[in-house]
Amino acid sequence: MARTRAPERTLLPSDEPLSLLRKDGTPVDDSPLAMPDDDVLVELHRRMVLGRRFDTQATALTKQGRLAVYPSSRGQEACEVGAVLALRPDDWLFPTYRDSVALVTRGVDPAETLTLLQGGWHLGYDPYEHRVGPQCTPLATNTLHAVGFAHAARLKGEDTAALVMLGDGATSEGDTHEALNFAGVWRPPVVFLVQNNGYAISVPLSKQNAAPSLAHKGIGYGVPSVLVDGNDVAAVYAAVREAVESGGPTLIEALTYRIEAHTNADDATRYRTSDEVAAWLDRDPVDRLEAYLVSRGLLDHARRAAVAAEAEELAASVRAKLNVDVVPSPDELFEHVYATTPRHLREQAAALREELA
Amino acid sequence: MTAVSAQASQATQVSMAGALNRALGDALAADPTVLVFGEDVGALGGVFRVTDGLAARFGEQRVFDTPLAESGIVGTAIGMAMNGLRPVVEMQFDAFAYPAFEQITSHLAKLRNRTRGRVSLPVVIRVPYGGGIGGVEHHCDSSEAYYTHTPGLRVVTPGTPDDAYRLLRDSIDSPDPVIFLEPKRRYWAKGALDPATSVGFDRALVRRPGRDVTLIAYGPMVATALETAEAAVEEGWDVEVVDLRSLSPFDDETVCASVVKTGRAVVVHEASGFGGYGAEVVARVTERCFHHLHAPVLRVTGFDIPYPPPKLEEHHLPGVDRILDAIARLQWDDEVVGSYGA
Ligand SMILES: Cc1ncc(C[n+]2csc(CCOP(=O)(O)OP(=O)(O)O)c2C)c(N)n1
Repeated sequence: MARTRAPERTLLPSDEPLSLLRKDGTPVDDSPLAMPDDDVLVELHRRMVLGRRFDTQATALTKQGRLAVYPSSRGQEACEVGAVLALRPDDWLFPTYRDSVALVTRGVDPAETLTLLQGGWHLGYDPYEHRVGPQCTPLATNTLHAVGFAHAARLKGEDTAALVMLGDGATSEGDTHEALNFAGVWRPPVVFLVQNNGYAISVPLSKQNAAPSLAHKGIGYGVPSVLVDGNDVAAVYAAVREAVESGGPTLIEALTYRIEAHTNADDATRYRTSDEVAAWLDRDPVDRLEAYLVSRGLLDHARRAAVAAEAEELAASVRAKLNVDVVPSPDELFEHVYATTPRHLREQAAALREELA
Repeated sequence: MTAVSAQASQATQVSMAGALNRALGDALAADPTVLVFGEDVGALGGVFRVTDGLAARFGEQRVFDTPLAESGIVGTAIGMAMNGLRPVVEMQFDAFAYPAFEQITSHLAKLRNRTRGRVSLPVVIRVPYGGGIGGVEHHCDSSEAYYTHTPGLRVVTPGTPDDAYRLLRDSIDSPDPVIFLEPKRRYWAKGALDPATSVGFDRALVRRPGRDVTLIAYGPMVATALETAEAAVEEGWDVEVVDLRSLSPFDDETVCASVVKTGRAVVVHEASGFGGYGAEVVARVTERCFHHLHAPVLRVTGFDIPYPPPKLEEHHLPGVDRILDAIARLQWDDEVVGSYGA
């Protein structure tokens, strides 16, 4: 059961994940988290449905050879959507490779979020347009970027928080610890959202961590910590919103599960059982919110159909944009290595152009 | 005494550490987005006192001590630069920058390229590097090749106090990340400082004109090369000394003009030779100046060993005699000399 927290932000996370909705969609009465407004809940639902459809579409595109690889976040929609919608317009998001749905939720063109995986270029979107850092592939390195970014905002007198996403495995990397320590000392408005989906590729949490929870790691750094049910979108939203508005650092562990394999290239049957997957399917974040919304009369057939239709449109548009062969210009190889292209690169560009002529 | 050093002795003399301190102070005063941070750079003024007095002058918001974590220092600098600031960070010693290697190579160097120019990272990483100060292990590495091998980074190193000021100001103004290598054994060497002059960020400089052979040096070896040139006069050789200043990008033009003129060249550096920065210089010179060369381009470098303990470092570090020997090996005309290797 969720423990009632002291009014001031505590360093110690609860023993059980905080939640607002039980697995069957019934509300938790005594949660210390604030239930989001109805219109927010309805929007959270819409974005989760869109995100899931995007995810299945991207997986399909991988099978068709349109993407080199795709790390699915199916099952983690409550984190991807709840955390991003909790951000204020000026806040920044520092995502990882798994967080394409978070980017889509933030408003990045869905096809552009796939540029990296499509192989056309490393990054498809403009970080400044949507206030989203580049998706980070080396684990945990983005945690420091978020801390630095939030610290700079503080120095400039801007009310801007940074949300950095990372996985359970990434909490073992040195950069996570350096970032938490910097955050504890400098106290910038930064939120570390650990999506604990149980595995780092094949390695289970038990081989990754010996602390009572990943959220407990905040204590040693003086960073207030929260453990939430990561399949409860209302809880993730509430926890992130509270953290963002606190003006200081927060570590949030969201307990969730990745339903698909690590990527399409991974064989998850080698390291986990179908019973385990089934148990988590039973805690589906979309179903859970739908049950609640229906019970409240906030979701009916018409609304459900409208959202489903919108999701199909999104998928069709992603398909159309991705079904085009990308032929980047070799000239791009030499651009943007430096602000002004130095002579040796101009020479190499000219040589390649001649070779291709 | 050369014309340059005669002039210098008349002007105000300043140490290289002092010149760097002045450059940081002037940059902080000129641009409110410039920040200086790292380990012990605040109250202490850095272990080499390069940041002396800056925290008191500019306050803790602009000049501050960080937790002891190199990856953290560079990683947060990246985030700050993304948010419009110009961090100048200090790595305490060359080998202690290695924990930050991932942030430097995967993010600092590449973010402009990865984002097609949308993210610009004007970050300067100051690294006291090299030996010659009797330091114990991990305090004397010459790590330039790691950085010059990484596209997207500028790598520069001053050879004189005057140039230390200029290069650091240019580095802080640079829209691209700069690895600023400070030859720590020259921190206390004095010279004239003229903050007004500018020679161009990417340019190599002819420190001493000569006819017979070009010594190509940088950082701590510029002074050694100049000393060698003086000693060579006795042998009847007129030695030209080129100070690279910018290791990356490399100024082929100035270097090749010198080698074409002299027909002979020796590259000098403290770092190990194998796979080292000198190999790049030799290759570039050979590719571009082959028909003007009277002899192969030689390297005089540290041995291919981990940096030795202080009591043996004098054997490892290139000195005047070893460089003179290399010049001697270049002084034939038609006669073929058997071995050029070390
Ligand atoms: C520094 C680094 N080491 C190794 C890898 C290879 N790798 C990619 S994802 C991954 C597992 C990450 O697990 P976790 O942090 O739990 O995130 P998840 O993939 O589950 O979202 C590994 C080992 C990497 N990307 N970066």
